Amino acid sequence: MTTANAAMFQASSLNHRNARVQSLYRILFGVMTLMLIAPVMMILGTLIYKGGGVISWEFLFTAPTDGMRTGGVLPALLGTVWLVTVALLLSVPIGVFAAIYLSEYAGDNWFTRIINLAIINLAGVPSIVHALFGLGAFVIFFKFGTSILAASLTLAVMTMPVVIVATRESLQSVPPAFREACWNMGATRWQTIRKVVLPNSITGILTGVILEVSRTAGETAPIMFTGAVFFTPFLPQSVFDQTMALSLHLFVAATQVPGIAEEVPFGIALVLIGLVLLMNSASIAFRMWLRGKKKW
Amino acid sequence: MANSNAVPGATVARGGAGAFDRRDFDWYVDKAVQALVFLCGISAIVFVLGIFIFVFKEGVGFILHHMNVREFFLTPYWFPSDADAPEYGILALMAGTASVTGLAMLVAVPFSLGAAIYIAEFASGKTRETLKVLVELLAAIPSVVWGFIGLVIMNPLIIKWFDVPVGLCVLNAGIILGLMAAPIMTSIAEDALKAVPDRYREAAEAMGATRWQVTYKVVLPAAKNGLLGGVLLGVGRGFGETMAVLMATGHAVNIPDSVFDSVRALTATIAAELGETVVGGEHYQALFTIGILLFVVTFTVNLTADLIVRGIRKG
Repeated sequence: MTTANAAMFQASSLNHRNARVQSLYRILFGVMTLMLIAPVMMILGTLIYKGGGVISWEFLFTAPTDGMRTGGVLPALLGTVWLVTVALLLSVPIGVFAAIYLSEYAGDNWFTRIINLAIINLAGVPSIVHALFGLGAFVIFFKFGTSILAASLTLAVMTMPVVIVATRESLQSVPPAFREACWNMGATRWQTIRKVVLPNSITGILTGVILEVSRTAGETAPIMFTGAVFFTPFLPQSVFDQTMALSLHLFVAATQVPGIAEEVPFGIALVLIGLVLLMNSASIAFRMWLRGKKKW
Repeated sequence: MANSNAVPGATVARGGAGAFDRRDFDWYVDKAVQALVFLCGISAIVFVLGIFIFVFKEGVGFILHHMNVREFFLTPYWFPSDADAPEYGILALMAGTASVTGLAMLVAVPFSLGAAIYIAEFASGKTRETLKVLVELLAAIPSVVWGFIGLVIMNPLIIKWFDVPVGLCVLNAGIILGLMAAPIMTSIAEDALKAVPDRYREAAEAMGATRWQVTYKVVLPAAKNGLLGGVLLGVGRGFGETMAVLMATGHAVNIPDSVFDSVRALTATIAAELGETVVGGEHYQALFTIGILLFVVTFTVNLTADLIVRGIRKG
């Protein structure tokens, strides 16, 4: 081996400089990532520190007392459960079918593109505009009044894109060969979807549904004028009742109740964040388990 | 039973010209489902049209009978509940929304792009997975919780650090909105970076480029449109955010001189005032008119983002 060849494999000063630049940028971006995450972690820590003491079974399962200044969150928690359940009953079937259309039937053309654009817009229109829509359409035009039904319909329209996008991805991850094999057996399109495509993507769809639960539970603006109220002593009995909701309850407790015990709004915020993050973690865990299980 | 007709043997047994005529029960079920699925498929279009129609329907009365376009857009006086001469000028509200969104983007764009580059190009294995999960969880925190954080945590901090009388201001809302939009923009930007085929990276690395050179010279130019689209979607999010800006801006109609001024946003105005209005009244219709404006602007932003991401990708 000549000396010339050996020099070729030695790091030149240029290589060294490149490596230094590289590690500098690596550190820079690493720090940026940390600075994005760290403040939020500190904020969450503060919430837990200040509100953790108030959380108890009693806080979760009693009604507010003394003009909402003390007591628990039961009516708000139950109200959120009502709103989310009704919203899901409405949006999941439509969303899943819409995703089936987009994944299994629609061609790659301008019409599909318009549908996609509509989905992006449905997710991107400000939540307060959804609230105006809910008020104008469901409360006034369809005469549902301010009720769980009107609020849930508004939430359903708003969060449907979550289900559509998750379901479409899940359906598209089923290999085309599965479908082709089934068609070759003489099955119709629907038979193929029901017996082959859906069973192979059901867990992915569930992931999307859980994600939607979390989104729906946290929304405030869309329900403010359509069905959620600041305070009601009654628990909802049907979809035509008004209700309290956890998210709105936090807003009210933080801004509209003078003399409230300081830790109560922290407690409400913790319950809301806990609910939302629990749902999201479940969805993520589900997805990871699914990825490990996939056979193709 | 549904499947019995689908086996090839059954069809053949019928014989003759009808052998390929599959108009049996399953055929009708298939067609019915196809129609149902199509209806659900276009529901997104129906809903978007519905939003526009109903918001327009409630607000159009104001546009036709009460609105003075010049006064509406160019005066900063918003006194809708003045009994004698209510004034509807949204200049200050627009300034509030613009200042808060602008500051939020100043905070969020560099950090989310940096984080996205780190997650997509530098981190690997467990670190990447953990960071991705964390970013996703951060994106899930509801906006009312962010508003609460602005109100009870940021507010005293700003008063203490900057020695100002009120901590509910452009700075507070901008930081809150930035922290809120950053995780969403990070995931979109990371998707855009992931969409660049690995063979681009491999080709550059084979030429002896370092990871940073690959990122800077190859991946970023290739992902440019996706990143721009992500930033635009983030702008749309910030612009339309309601609860957080309602709680963190201080909610004072004001054209801001500094980041420590309280302002009021378009979205927050609707949220705060709609409850007090009379259905069909002038004030009520004026708020719906703001809603029309919000809808049109976010629609345009989303459309532009979509055109940038898709249109150029095809060309």
